[in-house]
Amino acid sequence: MTRISVRVDGVTYSDEVEPRTLLVHYLRESLGKTGTVVGCDTSNCGACTVHLDGRSVKSCNVLAVQADGHEVTTIEGLADGETLTPLQEAFRDCHALQCGYCTPGMIMQATDLLRENPSPDEAYVRQHMEGNLCRCTGYHNIVKAVLQAAGATATGGEQA
Amino acid sequence: MTVTEEPTAAVREVGKDRRRKEDQRLITGRTRWTDNMQLTGMLHLAMVRSPYAHARITNVDMSAAQQAPGVISVLCGRDLKDHQGELPCAWPITDDQKCMAHPAVAVDRVAFAGEVVAVVAARTAAQARDAAELVDVDYEELPAVVDLKKAAADEVLAHPELGTNVSATWVFDSAEAGSGGDVEDSIRDAEVLIEREYRQQRLIPSFMEPRSTVVDPTGEQFVMWTSTQVPHILRLMLALTLGVPESKVRVIAPDVGGGFGGKLQVTPEEIITFLMARQTGKPCKWTETRSESLLSAHHGRDQWQKLTLAARRDGTVTGLKVELLADMGAYLGLVTPGVPILGAFMFNSIYKFESYRFECRNIFTNKTWTDAYRGAGRPEATFAIERLMDELAAELGRDPLELREQNWIRHDEFPFSTVAGMEYDSGNYEAATERAKELFGYDELRAEQARRRESGDRVQLGLGISTFTEMCGLAPSRVLGALSYGAGGWEHASVRMLPSGKVEVITGSSAHGQGHETAWSQIVADQLGVPFDDVEVLHGDTQISPRGLDTYGSRSLVVGGQAVVMAAKKVIEKAKPLAAHVLEANVDDLEFSDGRFTVRGAGADQEGLGLAGLALRVFAAHDLPDGMEPSLDADATFDPVNFSFPHGTHLCAMEVDTETGETTMRSYVCVDDIGNVVNPLIVDGQVHGGLVQGIAQALWEEAVYDDQGTLVSGSFVDYTLPTSADTISFVTDRTVSPATSNDLGAKGVGEAGCIASTPAVVNAIVDAVRPMGVQDITMPCTPERVWRAIHGGGRGGATEESAMPHFEEDAPNQDNPGTEGGQL
Repeated sequence: MTRISVRVDGVTYSDEVEPRTLLVHYLRESLGKTGTVVGCDTSNCGACTVHLDGRSVKSCNVLAVQADGHEVTTIEGLADGETLTPLQEAFRDCHALQCGYCTPGMIMQATDLLRENPSPDEAYVRQHMEGNLCRCTGYHNIVKAVLQAAGATATGGEQA
Repeated sequence: MTVTEEPTAAVREVGKDRRRKEDQRLITGRTRWTDNMQLTGMLHLAMVRSPYAHARITNVDMSAAQQAPGVISVLCGRDLKDHQGELPCAWPITDDQKCMAHPAVAVDRVAFAGEVVAVVAARTAAQARDAAELVDVDYEELPAVVDLKKAAADEVLAHPELGTNVSATWVFDSAEAGSGGDVEDSIRDAEVLIEREYRQQRLIPSFMEPRSTVVDPTGEQFVMWTSTQVPHILRLMLALTLGVPESKVRVIAPDVGGGFGGKLQVTPEEIITFLMARQTGKPCKWTETRSESLLSAHHGRDQWQKLTLAARRDGTVTGLKVELLADMGAYLGLVTPGVPILGAFMFNSIYKFESYRFECRNIFTNKTWTDAYRGAGRPEATFAIERLMDELAAELGRDPLELREQNWIRHDEFPFSTVAGMEYDSGNYEAATERAKELFGYDELRAEQARRRESGDRVQLGLGISTFTEMCGLAPSRVLGALSYGAGGWEHASVRMLPSGKVEVITGSSAHGQGHETAWSQIVADQLGVPFDDVEVLHGDTQISPRGLDTYGSRSLVVGGQAVVMAAKKVIEKAKPLAAHVLEANVDDLEFSDGRFTVRGAGADQEGLGLAGLALRVFAAHDLPDGMEPSLDADATFDPVNFSFPHGTHLCAMEVDTETGETTMRSYVCVDDIGNVVNPLIVDGQVHGGLVQGIAQALWEEAVYDDQGTLVSGSFVDYTLPTSADTISFVTDRTVSPATSNDLGAKGVGEAGCIASTPAVVNAIVDAVRPMGVQDITMPCTPERVWRAIHGGGRGGATEESAMPHFEEDAPNQDNPGTEGGQL
């Protein structure tokens, strides 16, 4: 067992973990951060995306011990109390989620995308969200939501 | 365009693009997935699965696993054979259907790679998985049959004791049914015959939430939380399978992360988790890995379609003969045998055939069993007929849209009895097509296509058409009975008036992403005249919603929504005597609108009585009319008398690089007629998602097995779901001809996009390269296949050929069998 100290959603936790523990399992099972979910076992789907020191990572691809001394933000720590972020608002407004399982990862990834490029076009959004899989929406409304949150509008097809 | 005007009252909720009630918790991570459940003393399960497609189990040594840290119990088929019953198949399509007993844990033989042979329960999931590695199973390999056509020839038997791989042969013949002529006459008299064979590849539903089941055996009832589409069916089947009284079982489907038919099942793992919880007396949880999910959750499609279309030289279609081979996989799941049969009524689609014959042979193989996947039978039918219509147009040198119009049912011919025995109640194919052509720029694109052909452009343009229809709203119970299905097709709803004036709606539909909480709230807000936010929709728990038949087959709104409408109407009827009593009026003089009872003729300024106030009076029950029970709550069960028949025109433009075979989608336009719309935002979302699943069948997805029966596309690395970078934004629009089979006029939309889009894409690709002599490309149309087809390789070859062999003898970097761990 290894002792780690991690700040997650503004709270510092100190725990003994098995060295093989993945960050996502530490978040879900030790800290109860069940908003972050596991969707695959090959780091393809991105459902487990969180921020490590402000950058998006797939938390199934990071060991808990690698987060020692770092700061993690999950979907549960994104909103400021009752105030949602523009991306969370845009996801609801654009109907960018159906079952919602991929949604935490999508929002965390899109948050990092807009931090890197506050004015993306549709092609940029599509390229930079490709590490996150969704089976419900066909991505149409996810792309739309990210562009809306950035203050832009989709360049492609629209509801006629 | 047949647009029905909605009533213009400002208060009307139905038709509004309401943002979803469900979303707040989903965008903040306040979700309740089954895997989130933690109960005191909970044990975690891991399955031991067969690596062989077909083998005899000669020994299971569990001693090392039993000694492993944290392990509480290890069980194999021997231990469970007298308790586990058989997994249910609810759809024996013929009286003589052959069915193999399907134990949750294999006892002495496995019939597909991935079948469970033992289960470990331990204090943590990691300990369970570690211990599962220690279970030592001895197998004696048996010959496996993997290929569908070889299986149909009975060369090798998937289940030797059945004596054949043919489970059942199901026939519909319009001459026998009296719905049309004899197809052999049409074929004999045909001026043009189009004969084709198409492959529907095997697909994996790939819902994003891996399956998970928790069973709590403490307390008087067993409580099962599980990621299912069908909590009600599951509860009944658990009772029937395990011999537990139904009343001692409660099934809860909490937040469920997608299904697409893939969670329309009673799974071995649900049975196993139940049995382990009963055996240990402790709550047990099983959550699958994605690789486990792809391997062992049921697959979809997997058919060979042999098709003969008879026509006259003027383009009029006359007869259609369909001969299917459908791969059941190793076992018959809940509705496995019926899936291809659902397509039987749809091959004729929107066209007026004189004769039709459908014959399907259901075949066992040693692969993961198949069952419902979005569309279930109807995508296969739509693909076949829409591909054939393009082939006929090419044969006759006609425009494929014009040829379709020549043959489809005109809007003034509804209601129309089809050659497959269905009665289509409404539709307007002309209107949808006209609108789609306009949005697509059909004529301009045809002109561009001609220019690029003329100039020999390296990148050719193809236009694909799919004028589809489908049958939704499963289903009239008497029809299901006639098809030998084991249950009805009704749906149940209750409306409860709370004393505070809030309304609880209980629905037997079980949403897993569809947005029922929002849509049902809109419906009830209109019916009862209460605010949208005052309606709470409860579902997915057999203790809260005791009656229901759940969510699949685009049935929720058209069957379940109608039950909600009926229950709400009953509430108003129950409230009427009390309203009359309070208003001191005759019941017959009362009117109800916008949530208030008023007295006819008492003037516009009367205050009237609201439902909320009446609910409080009923709660107090101090002053009710004589004989009135103190309740306004009402139940309703709706059994539809007919299916509903959404339709639409989908147009797709694909660009094909003739040097590389690479395909690029340039635009996709769809105009769907799904009847009246409750929430256009949700409808568009359903269409978008369906489109991409259908497009994915055309371009990317396939479950591939090697000749040993090993799934080689067993992870998301190899089973290639589309990403945002692979897809485009779509243009969607609607025309409206309301359904007549329910008060909402709704037809269903859950499967439409997935049913329509696959042939539109393949038609577009074939259209692009048809001048190069190509008339078909096998799905998925990978660049390699497209390139091969262009360069004289027929339909582009089978995936299996390019997938094998994995290991060439004498090639570098291969394990040397002589050295442990291989050579450096």
